[in-house]
Amino acid sequence: MSLLEVRDLSVTFTRSGQQPVRAVDGVSFDVAAGQSVGIVGESGSGKSVTSLAVMGLLPSRGVSVGGTVTLDGNELTSMDQRALRDVRGRDVAMIFQDPMTSLNPVVTIGRQLTEVLIRHAGLAKGEAKAEAEQLLRRVGIPDPVRRLGEYPHQLSGGMRQRVMIAIAIACRPKLLIADEPTTALDVTIQAQILDLLRTLVAESGCGMIMITHDLGVVAGLCDDVHVMYSGRIVESAGTKDLFARPSHPYTDGLLQSIPRIDDDDPDNLLHTIPGSARDTVPWDRGCAFQPRCERAVAECLSGPPPVAELGTPIVPHPVRCVRPVGEDVILHEGNVAR
Amino acid sequence: MSLLEVRDLEVHFPIKSGTLFQRTVGAVKAVDGVDLDIEAGTTFGLVGESGCGKSTLGRAIMRLIEPTKGSVTLDGQDILALSERKMRSVRRQFQMVFQDPMASLDPRQSVESLLTEPLRAHKFPGGSAGHAKRVRELLDVVGLPESVVNRYPHEFSGGQRQRLGIARALALNPALIIADEPVSALDVSIQAQVINLLKELQERFSLTYVVIAHDLAVVRHISKTVAVMYLGGIVEQAPAADLYRQPLHPYTKALMSAVPVPDPNVEETRSRILLQGDLPSPANPPAGCRFHTRCPWKQATKCDTERPALRELPLVAPGHKVACHYAEDILAGKITPHEVRPEEVELTPAGSSPGSIEATEAHVAGGLTPGGPPGAH
Amino acid sequence: MSVNEVVAGEPGGPAPATTEAAARPPSSLGREALRRLVRNPMAVVGMVLIAVFVLVAIFAPLIAPYSPTDNSWLDQVRPGQYPGPSAEHWLGIDPLGRDVFSRIIYGARQSLLIGVVSLALGAVAGIALGVLAGAFGGWVDTLVMRFVDIMLSVPGLLFAIAVAAMLGQSLTSVMIAIAVVNVPIFARLLRGEMLGQRGADYVLAARSLGISRSAIVFRHVLPNSFTPVIVQGTLTLALAIVEAAGLAFLGLSGSDPSAPEWGRMLTDAQETLTSAPMLAIYPGLAIVLAALGFTLVGESLREALDPKFRR
Repeated sequence: MSLLEVRDLSVTFTRSGQQPVRAVDGVSFDVAAGQSVGIVGESGSGKSVTSLAVMGLLPSRGVSVGGTVTLDGNELTSMDQRALRDVRGRDVAMIFQDPMTSLNPVVTIGRQLTEVLIRHAGLAKGEAKAEAEQLLRRVGIPDPVRRLGEYPHQLSGGMRQRVMIAIAIACRPKLLIADEPTTALDVTIQAQILDLLRTLVAESGCGMIMITHDLGVVAGLCDDVHVMYSGRIVESAGTKDLFARPSHPYTDGLLQSIPRIDDDDPDNLLHTIPGSARDTVPWDRGCAFQPRCERAVAECLSGPPPVAELGTPIVPHPVRCVRPVGEDVILHEGNVAR
Repeated sequence: MSLLEVRDLEVHFPIKSGTLFQRTVGAVKAVDGVDLDIEAGTTFGLVGESGCGKSTLGRAIMRLIEPTKGSVTLDGQDILALSERKMRSVRRQFQMVFQDPMASLDPRQSVESLLTEPLRAHKFPGGSAGHAKRVRELLDVVGLPESVVNRYPHEFSGGQRQRLGIARALALNPALIIADEPVSALDVSIQAQVINLLKELQERFSLTYVVIAHDLAVVRHISKTVAVMYLGGIVEQAPAADLYRQPLHPYTKALMSAVPVPDPNVEETRSRILLQGDLPSPANPPAGCRFHTRCPWKQATKCDTERPALRELPLVAPGHKVACHYAEDILAGKITPHEVRPEEVELTPAGSSPGSIEATEAHVAGGLTPGGPPGAH
Repeated sequence: MSVNEVVAGEPGGPAPATTEAAARPPSSLGREALRRLVRNPMAVVGMVLIAVFVLVAIFAPLIAPYSPTDNSWLDQVRPGQYPGPSAEHWLGIDPLGRDVFSRIIYGARQSLLIGVVSLALGAVAGIALGVLAGAFGGWVDTLVMRFVDIMLSVPGLLFAIAVAAMLGQSLTSVMIAIAVVNVPIFARLLRGEMLGQRGADYVLAARSLGISRSAIVFRHVLPNSFTPVIVQGTLTLALAIVEAAGLAFLGLSGSDPSAPEWGRMLTDAQETLTSAPMLAIYPGLAIVLAALGFTLVGESLREALDPKFRR
């Protein structure tokens, strides 16, 4: 059994006087212990909402969450807030994009760390302090004793992100969710942080969900990837499989449109995906990517696109598309399973 | 002859202290002695991480920030010597494209108004009928339909807003466009559209570009020549293909190895040079080579005492300039990298830092402290 | 691939399901804000209160059943006994034999007049100073702001009392007093906002286009700095009404003691507070409702104009 099982997760935002917005729709994926899973998408794809829903961090007002999130056998979506608070921080921890806004600016690093240790791990004050020092050392912060007494603004962006990671791993969580953890950082600092995350997952055996827009980050870090578009997962595969055989036209277009540092022929124009994410179709009417898709055919608008399994039962590679890249036949509900 | 010549350009922001009587207690050396020669019709890429001074350099070239020293010559004319009035009319020759298309468009201006404004200011011929025609021309050039003229910036998507920003920059037929992070605020699938648009416009109107970006892949894709900046100075400059094939400066090597490649097989096999610690404060840059505090190839002599000049290596790499005392030895493999222990760097002195760099380069304003996993690579 | 193909599907293009910009009429920020405003129930309540207040003030002679100074009912009044609400006198009669309802109605006039005039005076002077400081910066800014600081360092009410004492007791001096208190608020607010906007990218863009300094200030910086000033204006009106009542309560309003004024009605009601508390409650309620109306609208405006709420 997997560490985390997300089944048919959906998130709908309702605002008075407005059409409800389905930000996440029928999302299912697994994370095994020691595995890094990437969720890739652009702004508005629903990737961050997915991670917040898994954490149970969405506000209860105006938001309805459907489906199940099972962590180590415990169903999280039906859990009450109290029990959920215990799960967060102890079993699941999150790392956010901007460490400055997610750290309390008026409390020292040391106190923010020890608080977590005392609350979730039940350590005494003295033990917590020693453990905090250990943690800072573990995430690569030099001179941890001095740092414990400092405030977030006294640290650089990279250092702050290390502190956030230290807080996240303080109680040895089973699952780590990193939401764009390096987007606000420079490349050389990004490389440091990614290296740290890679090491942590390998050493502690925890599972990790990496939410990112950067396919390069995924390529270097993740075992499995799920590509999201307009609230749904459109393609899932092992990382190598996905990059070798991108089968959803969106994944394929995205990969081709990214300028690469090791590009052999940079003088050519880049491949582009026309339009913007605003040009979309509701999923129940057809494929949301259809208006931007080069491979679009009439069938794309005849109801929700079926999921085609292009892999094997052992190495699955499902794609939500009637005409995946490299396939010439048009897939219907009836003939998708192979 | 070069379209743009920059000589020994310096932008130092004073750090002031004191509540009633302010006195200058130091300077943030955002740009510290930069020379550039940019050929007409080409693209010059300027890369570096936040705090390296690349945005300040771009703005100083446009004289949106007054340089403290040096000269900027555009088409044979020293623009730093011009009066404000004269400067205003020269501005039509070079334009800027900004990072955040939302912030760089006045939210209260309709498309028509924002595109007409420069035409009116510079008395573009044709009167209001001519201006209206020009507005439609510009929209067509950047791929927006005429019907958007009465719309406001908030009604557009990010990519469309950036197209508007580009249209505005083109309004007066400039020779040079300085694009400061033109795609970094956009979604990945939109970035390619804008990069292609910039390329097409360059061909069509024989434009000269200076593209400032932190994304090395984007810069490689669009530039003929690329310069790498570190702490206010250029550390390496070469034709794009040469630079990416064979980076000579240790910082460039580290920077390139840090860029993730969207290919798991490449990611698996490539070697990484992980830099230790953070960028030192530009208010108090290290003596000698500015990179020596983090350099895995640092040598016992010269590196921490003598600031290396940007020099060409005619024998080993013609056309390739690098500011490193030991570039030849590193290239020949005579020197090998060693472990670096992060070095203590003083905090930026407290006091008001100039807002303009605070906005663009986060590292300048905040207190900077070093660190990094001791020997993590 | 040509540029036009690239944007196929964007507004004007053949996007089948695009409901974005293409379908809607173009809307400026102001119109968007208005749309958000009327959707906010708090704002609607505030606007209704303001509308009632303003209409009552304008049409006071038509609404009030009697003249506010008519004391024909003095004979019905006995010490300690004041007739309460009746069919003829909805809110009763005050100790001087006047119709309380009519006085409240006419009081709206006075309050609105003081509020609007003092706001206008204070805002104009404050905005002028703010523009001066915000547009020029440098030593002009320092000079103006130090002057404003001095104004701010004197407590508002004390300042108003001093002005009223200096200029004599008249409606004009009340208005000037309140206006003077408001000047630094507007000056600081506008100057701060302008300084912030001056650093914005679109100002840099305008400079790089070679737009003249004055055009940048007046066409870009100022209009974009005005949002908080409008909000502050609405909130200041509420404050001015309360301040006017406060000054009247302290006996610093016009020289005619029989003029209908909410603050003065409060003062007068003090003497009979134990026997006729309602005489204090009516004008008090009027002040609170009028001020509440402007506060609600001000706060809702702030929300409606806030870019964070913009989508």
